[in-house]
Amino acid sequence: MTTRIRAIAFNTFREAVRDRVLYNLVFFALLLVATAPLLGEISIGVQRVLLINLSLSAISIFGIVISIFVGISLVSKEIERRTLYPVLSRPVGRGEFILGKYCGLAGTLLVNTMAMTTGFYVALLLMTRSFTRADANILIAIYFLFLQFIVIIGLALLFSSFSSPLLSALFALSMFVAGSFAADLRGFAAMSHGPEGLLARAASYVVPNLASLNVITRVSHDQFIPAALVGYNTLYTLLYATATITAAVLIFSRRDLK
Amino acid sequence: MIAAGVLVVSMAASFVLVRKIEAVYPSAPMEDVLFISSPEFVKRASLGYSGLLADIYWMRVVQYFGRKHQRESKEYKALAPLLDIATTLDPNLVVAYEWGSTFLDQRLYFTLAFVQYLGQHDYLGAAKTFEEGSKVPGAHPWMKIMAAKMLTDAGNLETARYMWQNIYDESTDKNLKQNAELHLASLVVDQAVPQLESLISEFKARTGDNPTSWRDLIASGLLRSIPRDPTGTPYVFQSDGHVVVADWRKLPFITRGKPQ
Amino acid sequence: MLAVEILGLEKTYAIGFWKKKRKDGLKSLHLEIQQGEVFGFLGPNGAGKTTTLKLLMGLISPTAGTARILNQPWHDPAVRARIGFLPEQPYFYDHLTPIELLDYYGTLSGISAPDRRLRIPKLLERVGLAGQGGTQLRKFSKGMLQRVGIAQAVLHEPEVVFLDEPMSGLDPVGRREVRNFIQSLNREGKTVFFSTHILGDAEALCHRVAVLNKGELRGISVVADLTSQNRSRFEVVWQATAAIPAMRAFGNETHVAGEVARTIVRESQLQAALEALKSQSAQLISVNPVGGSLEEYFLQKLGEPDKVPR
Repeated sequence: MTTRIRAIAFNTFREAVRDRVLYNLVFFALLLVATAPLLGEISIGVQRVLLINLSLSAISIFGIVISIFVGISLVSKEIERRTLYPVLSRPVGRGEFILGKYCGLAGTLLVNTMAMTTGFYVALLLMTRSFTRADANILIAIYFLFLQFIVIIGLALLFSSFSSPLLSALFALSMFVAGSFAADLRGFAAMSHGPEGLLARAASYVVPNLASLNVITRVSHDQFIPAALVGYNTLYTLLYATATITAAVLIFSRRDLK
Repeated sequence: MIAAGVLVVSMAASFVLVRKIEAVYPSAPMEDVLFISSPEFVKRASLGYSGLLADIYWMRVVQYFGRKHQRESKEYKALAPLLDIATTLDPNLVVAYEWGSTFLDQRLYFTLAFVQYLGQHDYLGAAKTFEEGSKVPGAHPWMKIMAAKMLTDAGNLETARYMWQNIYDESTDKNLKQNAELHLASLVVDQAVPQLESLISEFKARTGDNPTSWRDLIASGLLRSIPRDPTGTPYVFQSDGHVVVADWRKLPFITRGKPQ
Repeated sequence: MLAVEILGLEKTYAIGFWKKKRKDGLKSLHLEIQQGEVFGFLGPNGAGKTTTLKLLMGLISPTAGTARILNQPWHDPAVRARIGFLPEQPYFYDHLTPIELLDYYGTLSGISAPDRRLRIPKLLERVGLAGQGGTQLRKFSKGMLQRVGIAQAVLHEPEVVFLDEPMSGLDPVGRREVRNFIQSLNREGKTVFFSTHILGDAEALCHRVAVLNKGELRGISVVADLTSQNRSRFEVVWQATAAIPAMRAFGNETHVAGEVARTIVRESQLQAALEALKSQSAQLISVNPVGGSLEEYFLQKLGEPDKVPR
């Protein structure tokens, strides 16, 4: 079973790389390079804050876009087209297929993120000439962003298991937006009464808790991130991803292919 | 089915984790919000969802201040810009004095009204806010008076003086008291300068000549003594008929009497 | 052991916005395929041929009925290692090369790496793609893709091969090559089940054919019986009861599908056959002359009104 899952994951990864989907890295690098001269007029301390904010925000945006785009084109599209027939007519379980796809997508995002991180640290080094302890702190923020991607991929996969590529993309995007405001949803729920409050409460927990995975501003000001948060966020991501993948498997197993 | 069980368990466990995360890292921290310097920019960036965004800002402010029990002046620094953004996003932002089951702190209202009145010149909004703030149990009675004044005498200096005087009286914070004092002083100047300038015009009308110094006015009986600003320094007489203060840096909030 | 037993497989679709209307994809189908035969599944477009294949492959689930492949339940994953499938107008991953694709499929089929290294080049040669192993699939023509499709269907040396319209998209040379390929598969002892709407291919390759129309089995026969020059044969269709052993005694191919049985007898046997049915109080449904060509049989079967008793 693991051989097959590995094979599917690797194939998914290979598709993503060859599909030129990862060419965003070039854009990212160019973006960093282009903004560097603009920062020349500002003091070095502020420059650093700006670079961190800009780069991490770019990693976040590109990463989310890639997560949704890759998730949809490599799964939803595959289900819509008939590339799946020769795969599923072999001794491959539907669950194995979903798991393999997920791992392939996660691997793609991992490579993507690592490449962008490298680009960022190169730019940082060029700017500050040497690394400080605080620079390592930034990795935590990037790690959290990666966790966001993992969550979004899971959702893209879930929606792909039952709806069209376009709808899946829309749903995934909506969940991303909603997840970014999860804390506000909870706040709203805390302040409302009755069925409205209950609904908001339920929604705020079902929606992915992305707000807590965004510590960009904090690290740009070299603020401390509690270790407990790292642990909890990791665990949360694992649980949420498990839930979405399991749901995807359940739905996909019962589905008629076109 | 095992899969269904895994789904339920992992989802339930994720809910637990959310609460744990909230405990360690209360989200929607004010910091991200603080680094936006232009409310107008936020409004434009909100792409038509400004009303919703305004509500979200307001809610975050309430939650944030709800958690802290000591009010330090540091928090006030954050409060005004945040409320400025909230009201720029939604000029009709009117908040009930009761949100859910919590009575909001009257100082929150006060700051909001402050921003609307002095910063945005939104007198109607300020009136509503003062009104709502006055309903909070234990609110200062002058909030209600301010609400009324907003509707009738908003542009009036007397109204502003009334507010600053109350702030000065109620503040325990030294910085706030000092700030209020400066504002009151500026109001005195804002009131005095036009009066002095009209006296100069009066002199010209009577004698047909421009006065050359305060002595001319004293001699003609229009003034009793050399006029001094609240710092004790005499007002400076200018040949073009304008009156300015000697050192406006000591009176940063004046709108009249500033050198050109 | 039978290669394939289709036992009342049925597929109805709920269509329309509220999913209220029912549409028949496949009406209750009964079919048996012997090991080692080449079986043709004929019918016009939309007859239900692809639906049947998708049901057998587990790509869609039946509304009723079951099937057995090599004496195992059809949805058993272990069975799928022993069968091969070529979908109609296959799509593959654009950015892979045939070698990479076959390597991927081979892994999924459980073939070891050394075996894959051995088989893949030979297979590519066999389907006429010898020099193209390293070219990305998005550059392939329809005919070349079809060959890749055939290659992946037989890569793991399955015992039963299911081909959906294997000739589609091929020029006459290509079609001849596929025909030869199917024959060579058969010589290796494999069972081949393929669907087509090209009667000439079926006539040339198949031992038996079934005719499907509008989701329903219309006819099933040994090709030899249909194409004999002697026009004096008759197809007898009756409601299946204990008359069957008696009918089989005429030494001809008898096929039972649910409650309907049919057989083909020589003219000289016809009287005796009808007597046998009558003596067993069997319900006769129809008697029709057959022979001449597969085409005639085909068209006749398409033209006949609904005969499945309700």
